[in-house]
Amino acid sequence: MQHIISIGDFDRDAIDRLLDHAGQIDKKQFDAHALEGKILAVLFFEPSTRTRLSFESAIARLGGTSVSVGSMEACSMAKGETLADTIRVVSGYADAIVIRHPREGAARLAAEFSTVPVINAGDGAGQHPSQTLLDLYTIRQSMPIDGTDVALIGDLRYGRTAHSLASALSLYDVRLHTLCPTGLELPATLAERLAEKGMEIIAHDSIDEIIGDMDVLYVTRIQRERFPDSASYFNVTSSYRISPELLAGAKDNLIVLHPLPRVDEIDPRVDASPHAKYFEQSHNGVPVRMAMLMQVMQ
Amino acid sequence: MKGAENDENQGLLVRRIKNGTVIDHIDGGRALNVVKILGITGTTQEALSIATNVPSRNMDKKDIVKLANRELSKEEVDRIALISPRATINIIRNFRVFEKKGVEIPSVVEGLVRCPNPGCITNTNEPIKSRFEVQPRGLHCVYCDWVITGDITGHIL
Repeated sequence: MQHIISIGDFDRDAIDRLLDHAGQIDKKQFDAHALEGKILAVLFFEPSTRTRLSFESAIARLGGTSVSVGSMEACSMAKGETLADTIRVVSGYADAIVIRHPREGAARLAAEFSTVPVINAGDGAGQHPSQTLLDLYTIRQSMPIDGTDVALIGDLRYGRTAHSLASALSLYDVRLHTLCPTGLELPATLAERLAEKGMEIIAHDSIDEIIGDMDVLYVTRIQRERFPDSASYFNVTSSYRISPELLAGAKDNLIVLHPLPRVDEIDPRVDASPHAKYFEQSHNGVPVRMAMLMQVMQ
Repeated sequence: MKGAENDENQGLLVRRIKNGTVIDHIDGGRALNVVKILGITGTTQEALSIATNVPSRNMDKKDIVKLANRELSKEEVDRIALISPRATINIIRNFRVFEKKGVEIPSVVEGLVRCPNPGCITNTNEPIKSRFEVQPRGLHCVYCDWVITGDITGHIL
């Protein structure tokens, strides 16, 4: 039985194989009955639009069905049931479980108590491997991952998507650039781990000074609650905002990614630019998650 | 008079035990944490003797713990290595050292320290124990990836 809990559970070959499979699915080269008769339990104890719907869409496209819980209030956890008990029960109802939970390590716990495969769809500020796989897939659609300069921009301290992506990119020949407000830097332990793997990480103060050298801008949302007042929030976010004027100085093949939802980080005028790949990135969630479901459920 | 003082210095600070475990060469001042790591509390029935900051030939100062009528297992004593890697364990039977061994740093420690990450699933009412891999840079929480670096004594459960 295979679980998908952390991108750290994958080596580079395993990632490449899964993304190759997603590519075949994208070209409609898949069996639409591959998971017929299978049931996916979708346990989302935190709000989600893209991840949840794309997992539900993925199982449906493979001929399976899903049962779901949409919040803690809507299940027995509201009565004080532990997650361990919830998982023991649900693993008797379904052939696999997708879980999102506000606590870091919740998916690892779920895997320990489940009798069916568990896929982590985000645990607190921890891991979000399916997002990382679709991020990598989107980069690969535009360019080989090796040899790229990737800039992580925004909240790098609490942003789980940035952490997972940085870890995955350390398996490739990638130079990582970071741009973030003071206090929202990559956690020191993660930066150390990446450096141990030989990854070059360069911190920058200004996006203007690097825009001409980047291949990928990975933009994440800076949450307003991280700042003492609205004025300091707007002051900081405006200095990281991606605009058409900024992109005028970029390489032709630069791509802009964002795990979404975005708020103020990307000017809506960028949407029409050939650099903007964030909606394609979101759509890629379906074939990538189909490949993940087939990997653990077949 | 001087001879008497020397005799006193060389005497045993705590009496010998007939059966049990003597943990020697604990880094000075760490005996109470060793006792805590071993899960020995005020409710322990057996005789427990603790000597701290004892002059030592090989160490600046050392602590000693003597626990009567209990032979500690390898798993128990290896936990001590996390805070005092030079400690030695003497299993005593009928006043004699039956077995003498060092401590080895374990690869995983379970239920010993609390994860400092307040968002970690182990800090809830879930029926699991904290679990850390012992890595060169510190203790790595297998649930949330938090790494405890430096002194772990403040995190002992």
